[in-house]
Amino acid sequence: MIPLLNMRLSTPKYIIDIGRVGGLSYIHADGESLVIGALTKHRDIEKSKLVKEKCPLLSEAIRWVGHEQIRNRGTVGGSIAHGDPSAELPCVLTALRGEIVLADENGEEIVSPEEFFLTYMLTSLQPDQLVKEIRFPIIKPASGSAFVEVARRHGDFGLVEVAAVVDLSEEGSFSEVKLAIGGVNSIPTALEDVERLLFGKEPNEELFKKASDLTMELVEPESDLHGTAEYRRELSGTMVIRALKKATIRAQGGRVM
Amino acid sequence: MDGVKINLKVNGQDISREVDARLLLSDFIRENLLLTGTHIGCEHGVCGACTIHVNGDPVRSCLMLAVQADGCEVKTVESLIQENGDLNHLQQAFSDNHALQCGFCTPGFLMTVSSFLEENSNPCEAEIRKCISGNLCRCTGYSNIIKAVKQAAQTVSN
Repeated sequence: MIPLLNMRLSTPKYIIDIGRVGGLSYIHADGESLVIGALTKHRDIEKSKLVKEKCPLLSEAIRWVGHEQIRNRGTVGGSIAHGDPSAELPCVLTALRGEIVLADENGEEIVSPEEFFLTYMLTSLQPDQLVKEIRFPIIKPASGSAFVEVARRHGDFGLVEVAAVVDLSEEGSFSEVKLAIGGVNSIPTALEDVERLLFGKEPNEELFKKASDLTMELVEPESDLHGTAEYRRELSGTMVIRALKKATIRAQGGRVM
Repeated sequence: MDGVKINLKVNGQDISREVDARLLLSDFIRENLLLTGTHIGCEHGVCGACTIHVNGDPVRSCLMLAVQADGCEVKTVESLIQENGDLNHLQQAFSDNHALQCGFCTPGFLMTVSSFLEENSNPCEAEIRKCISGNLCRCTGYSNIIKAVKQAAQTVSN
């Protein structure tokens, strides 16, 4: 938010710093979710063994959030509430179909990423609400997950990023696929059509190519200083293949860097 | 606008000032405390020149308001020098290895690296590169900075 103020892109009359509100910085497993308080710092997530065990996708993605100096101050709630379509955490939350807990003086409300992210830097958050907690569904130990990103330099805004979680049946075909892409649409987007395409099929090069082609049809990137729309579209296809391959190898019990 | 009273510790010294709520921590350090070692480059968290320590962690002082540092312990590049006025081992390593040319980015590098070496006293080159990835230097091409960090790490372990 401070960059927006420094560049005079935003000139709010009042700012309320919630940084010192107690009790909003925590990470714990609760049933099927990894529950993270809005004021939990990126750095705490990066260092957390619990996150690595329960949601390795989040551990992998968090390292792409800015640099250490940013992650020491930045919070998970801030990343979600900011609504940047190229940000890592919204992409992960969208892929996992997680939940955002909003609070106001009357109580709490739980919304999905789909309901929460409206367009570039705009969310459904009302002036009297705050993001209280983020719930990331726990990833089963047998699943394979992967977060891949291309940025001009590590720590820059991502050009394209893809989060994938796959499950394989005993026969080795996809029994569940969760896939989301960031940086190419006005909000982080779950690639539901691609998920359906992959479901029940055996992972192979031909199938990944089909998933890649469909992704390129689905995304609607825009051009900017860092890359043209055509480049981002091509990159989307490539990144979907990379994420799927990595996640599949991990689900098969292999290790990939 | 009414000022806000803040109390903090800067380089070991207790400071109490009244500041505008809108004042950036980086501007507070430079203009109110006259500690001009902290440099301001991009003012949106990209270049790393303004890196300082807040409660021991390296952070961007241009992305914090001074009022947010109330009650915190802040260290700037001025804290590195030895009591007798000599450069500390890290500053000396930068000097020995020509790890700076114009020097604008140097305070940020020194603060980033000093906290990094406290956690990891024997880093490999890849770790050093990762550590300084959040700081931009347009003069040195980074090679000499990496050499300096290696030398500083060796000095500490010896």
